[in-house]
Amino acid sequence: MEFFKGSTQIRFMDRRVHFAILSAILVLGSLVALFTKGLNLGIDFTGGTLIEVRYQQAASVSQVREALARNGFGDAVVQTFGSPQDVLIRLPGGSQASSTALSARVSAALQQTPGGQGLEIRRVEFVGPHVGQELATQGLLALLLVILGILIYVSIRFEWRFAVGSIVALLHDPILILGFFSVSGMEFSVTTLAALLAVMGYSINDTVVIFDRIREYLVQQRNKSVVEVLDMSVNSTLSRTIMTSLTTLLVVLALLFFGGPVIQPFAVTLVIGIIVGTYSSIFIASPVTLWLGLKREHVLKTKLIRAGDREDGARI
Amino acid sequence: MNRYPLWKYLLILAVLIPSFLYALPNVYGTDPALEIKAPQGTAAPSPAQVESLLQQARIPYLQVRQGGGEIRARFPDAESQASAQVLLRQRLPAQTEVALASLSAAPGWLQALGAKPVNLGLDLRGGVYLLLQVQTEVAINRAVDRYVDELRVFMREKGIQYLRVEREGAQALRIKLNDQAALDAAGREFGERYPELALLPERTPDGLFLRVTLTDAEKERLRKFAVEQGIITIRNRIDQLGVSEPVIQRQGIDRIAVQLPGVQDTARAKQIIGSTAQLEFKMVDEEHDVAAAVGGSVPAGDALYYGRDGQPYLLKTHTVLTGEFISDAGSGIDQQTGQAIVNVSFDGRGTRIFSRLTTENVGKRMAILLDDKVITAPVINEPITGGRAQINGFADTQEAHSVAIMLRAGALPAPVAVVEERSVGPSLGQDSIEQGINSIIIGMLVVLAFMTFYYRLFGLVANLALALNVVLIIAALSLLGATLTLPGMAGIVLTVGMAVDANVLIYERIREELRNGMSPRAAVDAGFERAMTTIIDSNITTLIAGLVLFQFGTGPVRGFAVVLSIGILTSMFTAVMVSRAVIQFVMGRRRLQKLYI
Repeated sequence: MEFFKGSTQIRFMDRRVHFAILSAILVLGSLVALFTKGLNLGIDFTGGTLIEVRYQQAASVSQVREALARNGFGDAVVQTFGSPQDVLIRLPGGSQASSTALSARVSAALQQTPGGQGLEIRRVEFVGPHVGQELATQGLLALLLVILGILIYVSIRFEWRFAVGSIVALLHDPILILGFFSVSGMEFSVTTLAALLAVMGYSINDTVVIFDRIREYLVQQRNKSVVEVLDMSVNSTLSRTIMTSLTTLLVVLALLFFGGPVIQPFAVTLVIGIIVGTYSSIFIASPVTLWLGLKREHVLKTKLIRAGDREDGARI
Repeated sequence: MNRYPLWKYLLILAVLIPSFLYALPNVYGTDPALEIKAPQGTAAPSPAQVESLLQQARIPYLQVRQGGGEIRARFPDAESQASAQVLLRQRLPAQTEVALASLSAAPGWLQALGAKPVNLGLDLRGGVYLLLQVQTEVAINRAVDRYVDELRVFMREKGIQYLRVEREGAQALRIKLNDQAALDAAGREFGERYPELALLPERTPDGLFLRVTLTDAEKERLRKFAVEQGIITIRNRIDQLGVSEPVIQRQGIDRIAVQLPGVQDTARAKQIIGSTAQLEFKMVDEEHDVAAAVGGSVPAGDALYYGRDGQPYLLKTHTVLTGEFISDAGSGIDQQTGQAIVNVSFDGRGTRIFSRLTTENVGKRMAILLDDKVITAPVINEPITGGRAQINGFADTQEAHSVAIMLRAGALPAPVAVVEERSVGPSLGQDSIEQGINSIIIGMLVVLAFMTFYYRLFGLVANLALALNVVLIIAALSLLGATLTLPGMAGIVLTVGMAVDANVLIYERIREELRNGMSPRAAVDAGFERAMTTIIDSNITTLIAGLVLFQFGTGPVRGFAVVLSIGILTSMFTAVMVSRAVIQFVMGRRRLQKLYI
């Protein structure tokens, strides 16, 4: 079976302005959401206490909330988690070393709710505010280092225009994902951050595959214009791009549906990331190199230096 | 036979055979177990004794065996393991340690090869993770405290005339001296005796002062020592808890990370590890009225303290003795009263101080404080010169036992604060691991079906590579002793999806070359060769992300990064070398008319 018998001849680059506008709107929207609404940061970043409890039967969130409020936990965030029996309670702030006492008090308060006698505390997480701060700065630093590392590698292996193109596509993806998290109000935790960085790895992977083909065709297809070469390259790698994205997406969907509630934000990030990453490597990365003024000579020159290809050199 | 070099086949076998061996223990999994150990010199229980105890209590067990100075008992489930621990702790002699463990269920020959199942993270097996911050500045403050008395004594010894020694802030002292000669003498003598002190003479309208602080090097040494001592103390305490595979590591400058797999009683674990266990002895002020003090008029030199039931005590602020002089402690029952007690032994210096103290204060009450709470305030009946004291006033034996553990393990040089705590119940761990494995299996099956459908015969080869890839990842994790966490499992799932990428790149290239009219064999060769640079470029960029994640991540993020990085390397190996070897082997030397791709 093949998705495309023979090779496709889609003229992707003709529409590059449209997609650039679409992306610009999405990126701007995401940034606006991020700056106005912000992210619903998990306790990993903000500090606080998270308690997951399991009731013997379906729990009533409103009664849990009431019971907690009666016991001085008016600021608790209560929600069901995974199944109706599982309840997640989030308490902001939290002073040092008090989490054991805190979870004991929460547990005592929950005893008063219907069905609370047989409840089981499944998970308690406490993060001090200071630790959360450090984590946030470290996460940001990691993000920058990933970008820098890729920038250097792609510059060496290809050419700076490609490096910038891949970074633009690379930044495009996490901004949209963060925008999604901001708009949907889903919790952003350390595992989500890990997923975000994995998405960046995935997205750059996709981009580099296309760039590789562009580099090859620029040398090989001398009678074609750069735009035509870009179209050719995207077209000839298209079935691979779709195939890989599809298999990865299928597996990540398995993670989303069968991996359990703890891993769900992680899986959601990956699902969005794979879709957006595939889109950006086709519609963003290549056009950016074009706007940066990519010419055949840029690749030939690097070819000359890299491979010492005299035949090519003679043509310049 | 075929044109693929023999050495490549051999290399593939050399990688795959050990990988299978090292991945194999994971098929057997682990049994919940107990490790029973008696301290040296005491009578150790025999396996037969343990077995008969278990049989009497009708607790199911798999095997009880002597091994390496301890008895290892395996159980079919965590429930029987837990009830066996309770039983054995009650029925075996009190000093016997009964620790929770999980032992590999793999056959002996496999274990002899050093093959172990993958370490499961706390989020998968249940347990407690604590990140403790050592308050190193407190260690420095305390050191400065100690110098107050020490410098007084020293100046008296050396005949240096001084007026007073006073604290100046948390980390400095000021000595008021009589005259310039005394200031010079103090500067000289201190410099010789205490090179760790920084001295600064000050002349103010109030008189001549010598300002004493610790040098930066000394502060640094104290900070380092506080953390190191903290780690040792915490390790001792954890030993008392009965956890067989704890991980205690320094993290950053002043933090200690503690992992306690399988621990369910979080509160107790934290109480024993995290408590500062600052044991102090202070004299009770019996000249003044406690009630008046509670009313607000606390006499100078005194402070109000409270007992654990909230009753007030009026104590002298001066600490006459601290827990650092305690050499041993144990709990027991007082024969006469039947109350729970703690027996304390002092070291040489502690014995001297304690004997002088009790001799001078017969008939008075001395309060024993643990973490600023009065445990008890017994009357000193007679001088205690033998270096052994008995503390009573505990609610029950459990409490006496906890206090004894804290005393025995030694006081921490600086308090520790829990800055991060994560505990996962065993049932959640069990759920997570089931869901994780399910999603891996489902994800893999979908990909396998899809690849077969899309690439036919070549799809099967890719599937083989994919399956081997998972085996390789698991073997690598087992061999490296890396810990598999929930995000790590997600990493495996993600790599399964991405691992086919290399094969897809190659196959798409082969199809392209076929379309361009190449012969099947040439198309295969060209496909592999042309796809190679793409595979390397794209994987290295992903690897950069993986390595950065590993460097900066902690805990679960790191677990994910390890799996991602290993997965990229193994998928390159399986997709490029193994797939090619299999395809070449199948093609053999035949003339091919058509490729089933």
